[in-house]
Amino acid sequence: MTEHSLFGPLEDVAADAGHAEHPPRVGFFTDTSICIGCKACEVACKEWNLVPDDGFTLLGMSYDNTGNLGANTWRHVAFIEQELPLGRRPPPFEGTPTGPSGTGEVAEAVAAGLERVEHRGAELGTEPVEPRPAPVDLGMPSFELPGARTGAEGRQEFRWLMASDVCKHCTHAGCLDVCPTGALFRTEFGTVVVQQDICNGCGYCVSGCPYGVIDRREGDGRAWKCTLCYDRLHDGLEPACAKACPTNSIQFGPLDELREHAQQRVEQLHADGVPEARLYGEDPHDGVGGNGAFFLLLDEPEVYGLPPDPVVPTRDLPRIWRYAGAAALAFVTAAVSVFVEGRKR
Amino acid sequence: MAEAHPVGFQWVMEAKARGAKVIHVDPRFSRTSALADLYVPLRAGSDIAFLGGVVNYILSNDKCFREYVVVYTNASFIVTEGFRDTEDLDGLFSGYDPETASYDMTTWQYEGMEGTHAAGRRPSGEAREQAAGLQHESGGPPLHGERAQPRSDPTLQHPRCVYQILKRHFARYTPRLVEETCGIPPEQFRQVCEAWTENSGRERTTAVVYAVGWTQHSVGVQYIRTAAVIQLLLGNMGRPGGGIMAMRGHTSIQGSTDIPTLFNLLPGYLPMPSASTHQDLSAYIESIRGDKQKGFWRNADAYTISLLKEYWGDAATADNDYCFDYLPRLTGDHGTYRTAMDMVDGKVYGFFLLGQNPAVGSAHGRLQRLGMANLDWLVVRDLAMIESATFWKDSPEIETGEIVPEQCRTEVFFMPAASHVEKEGTFTQTQRMLQWREKAVEPSGDQRSELWFFYHLGKRLKQRLADSTDERDRPVQDLNWDYEVHGDEPSAESVLRAINGHDLRTGRVLDGYMQLKADGSTSCGCWIYSGVFAGGINQAARRKPRDQQDATALEWGWVWPYNRRILYNRASADPQGRPWSERKRYVWWDEEKGEWTGHDVPDFEKTKPPTYVPPEDAVGVEALRGDDPFVMQADGKGWLYVPNGLQDGPMPTHYEPHESLFRNPFYSQQGNPTRKVYGRPDNPSNPAPPEPNADVFPFVFTTSRLTEHHTAGGMSRWLPYLSELQPEMFVEVSPELARERGLDHLGWAHVVTSRTAIECRVVVTDRLTPLRVQDRLVHQVWLPYHWGTVGLVTGESANDLFGVALDPNVLIQETKVATCDVQPGRRPRGRALLDYVEGYRRRAGITVETGTRLATVGPLVDRAHLEGAHDPEIGPASEEEGER
Amino acid sequence: MTRRWRLRERASDAGARDRLAAVFTRVRRPGDAGRDRAAGDRHLRAVDGEEDGRQPGRLDRPRGERRGADGSREASMVPRADFRSYYGRPVLKTPVWKDDIAYYFFLGGLSAGSSMLAAGADLTGRPALRRGTRIASLGSLALGSFYLVHDLGRPERFHHMLRVAKPTSPMSVGTWILVGYGPGIGLAAASELMPRRLRATRLGRLLGALARPGNLASAALAPAVASYTAALLSQTAVPAWNEAHEELPFVFTASAAASAGGLGMIVAPLAEAGPARRLAAYGSVVELAASRRMEGRLGLVAEAFATGKAHRYLRLATGLTAAGGLGAMLLARHSRLAAAASGAALLAGSFYERLGILHAGVQSTEDPKYVVEPQRRRIEESGPTRVDG
Repeated sequence: MTEHSLFGPLEDVAADAGHAEHPPRVGFFTDTSICIGCKACEVACKEWNLVPDDGFTLLGMSYDNTGNLGANTWRHVAFIEQELPLGRRPPPFEGTPTGPSGTGEVAEAVAAGLERVEHRGAELGTEPVEPRPAPVDLGMPSFELPGARTGAEGRQEFRWLMASDVCKHCTHAGCLDVCPTGALFRTEFGTVVVQQDICNGCGYCVSGCPYGVIDRREGDGRAWKCTLCYDRLHDGLEPACAKACPTNSIQFGPLDELREHAQQRVEQLHADGVPEARLYGEDPHDGVGGNGAFFLLLDEPEVYGLPPDPVVPTRDLPRIWRYAGAAALAFVTAAVSVFVEGRKR
Repeated sequence: MAEAHPVGFQWVMEAKARGAKVIHVDPRFSRTSALADLYVPLRAGSDIAFLGGVVNYILSNDKCFREYVVVYTNASFIVTEGFRDTEDLDGLFSGYDPETASYDMTTWQYEGMEGTHAAGRRPSGEAREQAAGLQHESGGPPLHGERAQPRSDPTLQHPRCVYQILKRHFARYTPRLVEETCGIPPEQFRQVCEAWTENSGRERTTAVVYAVGWTQHSVGVQYIRTAAVIQLLLGNMGRPGGGIMAMRGHTSIQGSTDIPTLFNLLPGYLPMPSASTHQDLSAYIESIRGDKQKGFWRNADAYTISLLKEYWGDAATADNDYCFDYLPRLTGDHGTYRTAMDMVDGKVYGFFLLGQNPAVGSAHGRLQRLGMANLDWLVVRDLAMIESATFWKDSPEIETGEIVPEQCRTEVFFMPAASHVEKEGTFTQTQRMLQWREKAVEPSGDQRSELWFFYHLGKRLKQRLADSTDERDRPVQDLNWDYEVHGDEPSAESVLRAINGHDLRTGRVLDGYMQLKADGSTSCGCWIYSGVFAGGINQAARRKPRDQQDATALEWGWVWPYNRRILYNRASADPQGRPWSERKRYVWWDEEKGEWTGHDVPDFEKTKPPTYVPPEDAVGVEALRGDDPFVMQADGKGWLYVPNGLQDGPMPTHYEPHESLFRNPFYSQQGNPTRKVYGRPDNPSNPAPPEPNADVFPFVFTTSRLTEHHTAGGMSRWLPYLSELQPEMFVEVSPELARERGLDHLGWAHVVTSRTAIECRVVVTDRLTPLRVQDRLVHQVWLPYHWGTVGLVTGESANDLFGVALDPNVLIQETKVATCDVQPGRRPRGRALLDYVEGYRRRAGITVETGTRLATVGPLVDRAHLEGAHDPEIGPASEEEGER
Repeated sequence: MTRRWRLRERASDAGARDRLAAVFTRVRRPGDAGRDRAAGDRHLRAVDGEEDGRQPGRLDRPRGERRGADGSREASMVPRADFRSYYGRPVLKTPVWKDDIAYYFFLGGLSAGSSMLAAGADLTGRPALRRGTRIASLGSLALGSFYLVHDLGRPERFHHMLRVAKPTSPMSVGTWILVGYGPGIGLAAASELMPRRLRATRLGRLLGALARPGNLASAALAPAVASYTAALLSQTAVPAWNEAHEELPFVFTASAAASAGGLGMIVAPLAEAGPARRLAAYGSVVELAASRRMEGRLGLVAEAFATGKAHRYLRLATGLTAAGGLGAMLLARHSRLAAAASGAALLAGSFYERLGILHAGVQSTEDPKYVVEPQRRRIEESGPTRVDG
């Protein structure tokens, strides 16, 4: 255990995990600014890793019918429709007779539906959202004259964000730290993998992950998540999702190289008039010591379903034990005192 | 493109990364739009108005690439005095025959070439019936006349030269009218025009990429023609980074027209002979090539005879016209929709379906299914039990009682098909590239390849007919049917070799179609593919990685003709044979060597100098000048104006879709006056102006694909990993329409046309926008069309909403635009559905004549194009039909 | 190894790298600069939120009011105005632990407290109290262990817990604590259960001799048994548990004390039950105090304790514990019946306390606001978490 074994920047994760001889740490850089939302990563991942399907339900979250990462979804493409400008692109609906945006109502309908299902749909898959009672027919639409709706007050800007999410393979992995069986381990590539022959499904990792990635598989009882295609790495192949990504939005390689590329990409996007481009999870000094899989985002992380400032629970390990110790001590004192008093009586 | 062709879109993204500007024009904001630099929404079905506006911008601002246009296109050619433009005839060209709804093209010809040669030309009506337009994909239609070189005016001043005619024709397409027609704000339109023109010329080129949805309009061919006109005017044809790319909807669709699965074509775009005009071989050949014409089509006789030799081998001799009479003859329209209706009418007894799912994938699903339910037998070869094999027990018509399983008499034979990894062969993609595919695994179970199926079917037929003395069995008896086999699987390579062709005297495989002879000494299954086995090597199987060769990658696969990656690439050099610019250097004339050279295989006679001028009496290839780049064309030029061959006019003209809410703002002629309609009770149309009640179906709808599914779903709805990504049929509506109609996100809605109503979930999204067209607000809705009644995920089929109205050139259906109504809640069920739709038809006053009055100009207005005598009452299929 | 996949990776995706390079070296055309700046400024203004109504100022989180009806450009993906999320979906996974785990927490704590009472009773000569608490301690431990194993996804693999000892995993630590704790109390309870006639045998005498040391050994580990479960909950990303890590151990140990005291009051005659009553009193007071402080200190996350199932359970817990505690202090000294009633109340209170806390955690993962809001506030107040070194 070195200084930052539990928290903070860690130069060499593999070595810290006891791999004397090891290849450089590898990971993903997912550049969401060039993602076309084809979901090839989701399919390639499931094909290669034999991950079961996640249920056939229309979620109404734009084109996202997978919902979130889970035991049966190791790559998840998020779709976000926003009334916002994108770079130098002229407003897509400029001059068309639009009314107010419908994004809010859509989000409300989806959220309302999610509230109706157990765990707000955080469990694997989710129930299809029930339709509300059919509203009354307003009859034939009357064709309005121009000016009746001058585009002025209507929506003009629009952008459609797509982002392929994946296990972050944290430098300080909450799931790995809390695993009581050693099923989760740090590979020589610096990635975090579950050994399915060891996992006994205690479920601690599920609550240990600050990103809500790993989950227990229904009917199987064990915890599952992205392995960064550990088997393929061994054979000198890049992970299935990166291989399948047509636009190279998912880039695989040594983490240092990726961080370099990512930095350049962000600067270039800023130069191209996309100031909201920002990196997420690449900073070794952040709450999880940096991600093995980091991202270029065009909006706040929470918009993509990512925590804005995640911290590995292990950070609090010492304090937690200190308080637990204090409580234990108090308990002892109490227990002893009740008898001591007893003597007086 | 990102939506339907994500893998191809990676190259667009790469171009974008290198600074290319990506413009996306689409009624709906798709995954492509999300990545585009400029998105332009437009009203579905208004593309010619939009592109015509660009043409007008180019011509009126003199933005065209003049040197290119003058020499390489037919801009300078003089057209006959008799020609009348739509400007003169309020939307019609000269030669329109209201009886047959077709054009006599005589007046369209170049001056001095007007149809002196009547022999070959089919009656215009028949040409329309037979989708003659489709027969020219590998080269222009013939020109007839006493001279190979048409009269021309290089100054482009002559009032009857193509350039001036074009200028007058498109002068009407002003930004104002574009806005009124397409709903595109002038500012956005200006941006498109500027981007396109600024990015064309000597130093730069612009490419047009379209998905086949562009073809699915009653004026589909003219859409693409308009793009071609622009690309020619801007000098973007035959040059690197230019061209017009068709994104095919399916693997090897290009291949399926090269070696056609179409009723009116023989391999290599040789037309299928017609009963009326092609009594014998010479009549046929003379009709498909002009007696004085230029270019490689002049050798059509060699191509035809070599094909006949391949078909019937030694039985084909000069004395028996090389068995020309063995070929079937066209007697009219035998297209897929005509055939479906003939099934309904009981004129068709048996039917083969191969990798096609018309019950879901074709327009007017109800018609398709009722047709199939009226066959004696049906053979379905597919990967899974698709709707077209199970319609008799689970189609929507069961619910309405129109098909009764116990009584449906069709005997269905389902033949499990081998998938693409279970068989060897070639794919031909949109660049005309043949790529060889190895068999990865043996087909499981009873699955077999198409090749296996037809080879053995052929053998059994020959066995059955071996002893027949019936004259009509001769074609099968004489059929040349020997191919190598591995086990019982025929060798795809031996078939490809036969397609490539042999020299019958030496038995050697040919190196290309230049070696084909008209004397029966060569055989060739498809002349344009000749050379795929050049040197006895399977050229299609070449796989040299791109990092081991230059950008042209000549050693990856093989491209017809002669492995030319860019067709007509002679145009990438200036008339003197020098590259237009260093930046765009591609193919050029090497003075020292005295030959054409460059990065690509020159699409030109290798040693014919740029300065070559043919003798007056020259014909065919010899007549091609040194600066005639379009070597397949009858005049060697790129056609801004089409003097012959297109059924609906020499120049694109905006016509409203078959079903439209709007009057054509350009001319009195409302729709394509030559479009194919089938006025019959089971094929009703929604009214379109000038007909009344168009507003009963007040919205425009269009359909397209989702990335997650494949066309009719046969290859995706059975796969869990794809099905879960788009699990349910839905309709996309704008928030504005949702508010107007009270539609709830994720609630139910149903979409209604005069054919039927389908229900689906509602997806409200900002990606759709209402448009202002002709001072009216128009809502467009979008539907995917992947679902049917079987598979892991099911849903109602969008194609059930469409009727049958076709483009006259190629008989492709208009399934990318129609009118509809959208109502909240689920649709009525069972018989009630029929009454519900009937109610709409009554409100709209729809009769069998609705939509069949093609000509809407002056005196021609009232001529309806009906099928025989029908009582105008349109109702649900009658009981007898129901009892099938 | 390294070289191997890097080389192969290049080969396996010809040109991937130059494609990548191309993405990064996009040429900028003249004339872009101006528009860049314009667009740039627009965005920066947007980021600062000083955007006029025309421009959507939603690049920053749309705090405060949401102009929905008047057609403003609300880009928030969730109906709630005060924060943004992905369609209101949870950020975290909901704990997969069922109520079983709460049962275990309760029974484990009960066992720990009882073993301590037993030890005391043994040393201070309170045989009835000793006997009852020893047996109860073993019983609850056994039952608790059953629930613990039962909650596993793969119960047959429970022994995999013994493969490693992991200081970073409270569950692993706890496993080994239990391993140390179990045998002693087992011996002690066994000796109590030993039929009279066997006491004389060698085995009987041996057990008799081992009972006290065993009990003492277990009692020594008991506080850890009662408190490690709090650490286990706290070392998760679950907001309600993680942020409560200061009080949670006190709540748990006190609750354990209360329940054990309650049990003692039931099993022991009034004369011997003094320590039990006092332990119960101590436990109930501290438990109530600690949980009040917790729910007071947690801010937004406290909501998770004050809503839904958690709220119902915790209200019950408070009521029962308070009642039981008062009973222990005021009535239990005089009437065996009142003592038993108070004891039962304390047991139930302790039981519901654990259930309530479990569900508070679950609820705090079901709504993204418990994750996003505190982290957002943190960023606003002190910037994103950053560790130097």
